[in-house]
Amino acid sequence: MGKKQHYSITVNGKEEEFLTEPRELLIYTLRERLNITGPHIGCDTSHCGACTVTIDGKSVKACTMFVAQANGKDVTTIEGLGGPDDLHPLQTAFKEHHGLQCGYCTPGMITRATKLLEENPDPTEEEIRFGMAGNICRCTGYQNIVKSIQAAAAEMNAAKEAAE
Amino acid sequence: MKDEATTREERIENLKGMGCSRKRVEDARFTQGKGNYVDDIKLDGMLFGDFVRSPYAHARIKNIDTAAALEVPGVLAVLTAKDLEPLGLHWMPTLAGDKQMVLADGKVLFQGQEVAFVVAEDRYAAADGIEAVEVDYEELEVLVDPFKSLESDVVLREDTVDEAGKALDGAHGPRKHHNHIFTWEAGDKDPTFEVIDAAEVVAEESMYYHRTHPCPLETCGSVASMDKVNGKLTLWGTFQAPHAIRTIVSLISGIEEHNIRVISPDIGGGFGNKVGAYPGYVCSVVASIVTGKPVKWIEDRMDNLMTTAFARDYWMKGRISATKDGKITGLHCHVTADHGGFDACADPTKFPAGFMNICTGSYDIPTAFLEVDGVYTNKAPGGVSYRCSFRVTEAVYFIERMIEVLAIELNMDAAELRRINFIRKDQFPYQAALGWEYDSGDYHTAWDKALKTVDYDGLRKEQAERVEAFKRGETRKLMGVGLSFFTEIVGAGPVKNCDILGLGMFDSCEIRIHPTGSAIARLGTISQGQGHATTFAQILASEIGLPADSITIEEGDTDTAPYGLGTYGSRSTPVAGAATAMAGRKIRAKAQMIAAYLLEVHDDDVEFDVDRFVVKGAPERFKTMKEIAFASYNQAIPGIEPGLEAVSYYDPPNMTYPFGAYVCVMDIDVDTGVTEIRRFYALDDCGTRINPMVIEGQVHGGLTEALAVALGQEIAYDDMGNVKTGTLMDFFLPTAWEVPNYETDYTVTPSPHHPIGAKGVGESPHVGGVPCFSNAVQDAFRAFGLRHTNMPHDHWRIWKTANELGLHD
Amino acid sequence: MIPARFEYYRPKDIAGVLSILEEHGDDARVMAGGHSLIPMMKLRMADVPHLIDLQDVGGMSDVEISAAGIRIGAMVTQHDIIDNEALASVAPILREAALQIADPQVRYMGTVGGNVANGDPGNDMPGLMQCLDATFTVIGADGEREIPARAFYEAAYMTAREDEEVLTAVTVPIPKGGYAYEKQKRKIGDYATAAAAVQIVKEGGSCVSASIAMTNLSDIPIYSEAAGAALVGTSVDDAAIRTAMEAMLGDIDPTEDNRGPVAFKKHVAGVILRRAIERAWSRA
Repeated sequence: MGKKQHYSITVNGKEEEFLTEPRELLIYTLRERLNITGPHIGCDTSHCGACTVTIDGKSVKACTMFVAQANGKDVTTIEGLGGPDDLHPLQTAFKEHHGLQCGYCTPGMITRATKLLEENPDPTEEEIRFGMAGNICRCTGYQNIVKSIQAAAAEMNAAKEAAE
Repeated sequence: MKDEATTREERIENLKGMGCSRKRVEDARFTQGKGNYVDDIKLDGMLFGDFVRSPYAHARIKNIDTAAALEVPGVLAVLTAKDLEPLGLHWMPTLAGDKQMVLADGKVLFQGQEVAFVVAEDRYAAADGIEAVEVDYEELEVLVDPFKSLESDVVLREDTVDEAGKALDGAHGPRKHHNHIFTWEAGDKDPTFEVIDAAEVVAEESMYYHRTHPCPLETCGSVASMDKVNGKLTLWGTFQAPHAIRTIVSLISGIEEHNIRVISPDIGGGFGNKVGAYPGYVCSVVASIVTGKPVKWIEDRMDNLMTTAFARDYWMKGRISATKDGKITGLHCHVTADHGGFDACADPTKFPAGFMNICTGSYDIPTAFLEVDGVYTNKAPGGVSYRCSFRVTEAVYFIERMIEVLAIELNMDAAELRRINFIRKDQFPYQAALGWEYDSGDYHTAWDKALKTVDYDGLRKEQAERVEAFKRGETRKLMGVGLSFFTEIVGAGPVKNCDILGLGMFDSCEIRIHPTGSAIARLGTISQGQGHATTFAQILASEIGLPADSITIEEGDTDTAPYGLGTYGSRSTPVAGAATAMAGRKIRAKAQMIAAYLLEVHDDDVEFDVDRFVVKGAPERFKTMKEIAFASYNQAIPGIEPGLEAVSYYDPPNMTYPFGAYVCVMDIDVDTGVTEIRRFYALDDCGTRINPMVIEGQVHGGLTEALAVALGQEIAYDDMGNVKTGTLMDFFLPTAWEVPNYETDYTVTPSPHHPIGAKGVGESPHVGGVPCFSNAVQDAFRAFGLRHTNMPHDHWRIWKTANELGLHD
Repeated sequence: MIPARFEYYRPKDIAGVLSILEEHGDDARVMAGGHSLIPMMKLRMADVPHLIDLQDVGGMSDVEISAAGIRIGAMVTQHDIIDNEALASVAPILREAALQIADPQVRYMGTVGGNVANGDPGNDMPGLMQCLDATFTVIGADGEREIPARAFYEAAYMTAREDEEVLTAVTVPIPKGGYAYEKQKRKIGDYATAAAAVQIVKEGGSCVSASIAMTNLSDIPIYSEAAGAALVGTSVDDAAIRTAMEAMLGDIDPTEDNRGPVAFKKHVAGVILRRAIERAWSRA
């Protein structure tokens, strides 16, 4: 029972193929099998959002998805959002506005925020607080996270306007 | 590179030294998913270990059958107490002078206790192995109430009695009962009782500061790797005190200390959870020794909440006396402290109740007496300082509630009562009745600023109008104005009275300046999000005149960092920050001699100016620190050794005493118990401010943890000792939606004994915040006769208060 | 937290699902978004030797709106519900309720079908669907059958759906009048301390029909016919609301948990219902 299967998942644009048990949780596939350790585990029960990734355009808690469910899907993690040479505006804004402290929730937080801004490019503070409520931070009290997301939104909107 | 063209202001700015909101250097890796936390560590051949845990709170273990587990594919070993006993590792010392079972030795004392350790090829096989271990338990009577425990014939810990059943002395003196751990006293009993008995007004109150948990987002864990070829053990883990862990591991394992390397990688929040030594750390080490392979142990959230490090659980009884015009004359506090199955609180050895004796607060109270009784129960061990210096949250909550109760007794405004009892500015250094010498403070200025900013009188007027409107039936919402004025005691501490397991609580910094004028500094502390790599570089930048951006700060590796006692109790800035400044000054002293030589003047004829030494009276003649650094290595200077390095071990002469004034305005729905924080104002005085941005971030975070504790966060047990709040569905961690915006403010009263005048801030907002949120709730009901009600103020408990006051009739 | 081993299936059609269910009976469970089931499996509180993932089964992800009613496929997520403007205009209570379920990530995965089918008394959709008088379509080896939401729930995690059946769709008559979904919870992500779904039709200043259902106040959702009836024919004044509250309190049977004791829950249930009625009436 539960014999190993072949799975194929595209992670940050790269197709990954491997053999494993279906019960493997996607968060462990990413962290332990593929060495993508940006997403973290905070609560194990889908409350904290530290494991948030984007799957086929949805923000998903990777601790609550079996690898078998993710087979054939497209996954983006914090590592896929931007690196040293092409930082995402949210990555810059979180640093600029002190939107993080211990850094543990940050990858999930930023990954979720990319999706929030995609759906709502100019959110109010209340919309940010509601839209980020699936991600827990123990350090910042959220005030500077809200500020960071507002700043990134402004930056992204300005860039969009300039491009038009 | 010469920089004569720049102004002095620009040179100061270029340093990014103390006082500027330097952006954090840590953030690049965290925002790109490149942090390195303990669970990110992956070693060749690494195994995974996890615990079989007790479902019962109190039971005898009749048998453990591991045979089926060993048959599970991938399971390599199952350790029990029997396997650890020959190594002397089935029990381990706690930081509080007690001892704790590493694996259940014949019985279990709390639900979730570690019974067996399954070692497997991966976490899946370990989980399957755990399911296959069969443990035969015989349930015993459960004691979850410390008062009942002190009356019960049930002996929880067989090592507390002799063969005749008589209670043996504990680590802190005689026991009153076999389930009693210690009595600790401070102050003068008889004079205090005399004052209280003779007083014009006495207010008495009992309060329970409920059990909770620090719950950092990253749980505890470790990776142990025993290299049998070299005889070296490397232990990575979530350690707030890596050096202390190394010493403890050496003492209990017999491995010589030089053969142990302890590394704290990035830590995903600590808040006190990661100060202690846990069975998981020990088992990962033993398993690595047994298997010869690296072994990882990582808690899941339920393990974390149920077993490692609870906080608080103090039953406090107070009496406070005053003249009828409100001058406080005496204070008495008795605490019954529930420590669970083992006394594993993390306090300096001489302080089994931590710094609870700061409970006279910010007030000039001439006589006081404190007594604390520690008790064993069938709950998880711990008693850690959750975002506070040792037991200071309890102390500040106690006095800030007693003040409110006294104000009710006196029919007086609580802000005014505080004002007339504050220690005055001219009284510092102030000798408090319970033993501490407060270093500096200006409480009246802070209080007046706070009350003026929030328009305190206006708030009281609005509140009175609201009460009238409520009585007329026009609203079902009451308004609370929560006040709190706190004095923390942080920076443990002077080695003469502060040690943990005999380890003096100094801290350290070692600086090495590189020839090209950049530097590395290593400290005995470890950041868990506080941003040490950013702020300690700022201290150094100001002290040695090299840009903070050119200074690397490194912590957490015991092979490279100097010995120190770690980061908790807001001690990093007061102790390691001081060591940093002192080491920087040694660098500067040598640099001065080099500069004088290079400038061909006497040592006394040069003076330090921002980033250089200048010839006094001839500022155009100077040598920059960069030039001096290069010369220190590469120029033969008579009588001076090459190189530019320094180390400082700093033993603080006193603690530091940050303080603050907080005001919370809250609306409360009497029918549902739902609270809404309309405004929160926080004024903090942490002495010299190193990085205002970081300070503000610490205040936001500490207040949010205070909100959680005051309004719902608890570790609750049922009568059978089952944990009722084991997941984040029930253990309250607020989301962005439940948290308000905070207004921050400050005054600056430097510490007179600290080299840079800094006092520490990370924990103040939690310490001051909890009573402020709680007082807001309680204040809302004052007009209806409420004196005191216990936290957490979740919806149903607030509803219950309203109900008992007849507000639903 | 690691679940026990299981065999995983991802059939392409309902026939495939049914044949696995038939083969393994009790040992098989279907899963939509998995956000109720997976945590239970990780905690090893649910033992599922054969797990059937419905994501590839077509035809269950659409929302169809017609004069006859709204048909919501079982795999429609809460996020889909919130995101569907047409749906929000004909049945705004669905969006109002969905926004109060869990958190954004969970709403991307959590489905209407999963929420109504698993019988968790904490779920919001069952009470909502009872209020709206929805019908659940289940399919088994013997074909499809329709079960009214108001007759679906038997006890906690026990429903009228047989183990070998799959819930495929929820059909809701187009709601009329004013609406409200009112929920008190401790924080985002929590189940309700008490929640009320109310739909009221007003004609000439008086109430001509009212439907009321309550969530997490018994081991099943509570459709309180009597509470609705108490409003009909009134101007939904204070007296009528009080009568409705009394009727509702006679129907619920809350138990004590970390959210509070029974007396508190009953009190809050009354307050929440009053607010829901008042809001629905103001929108009617």
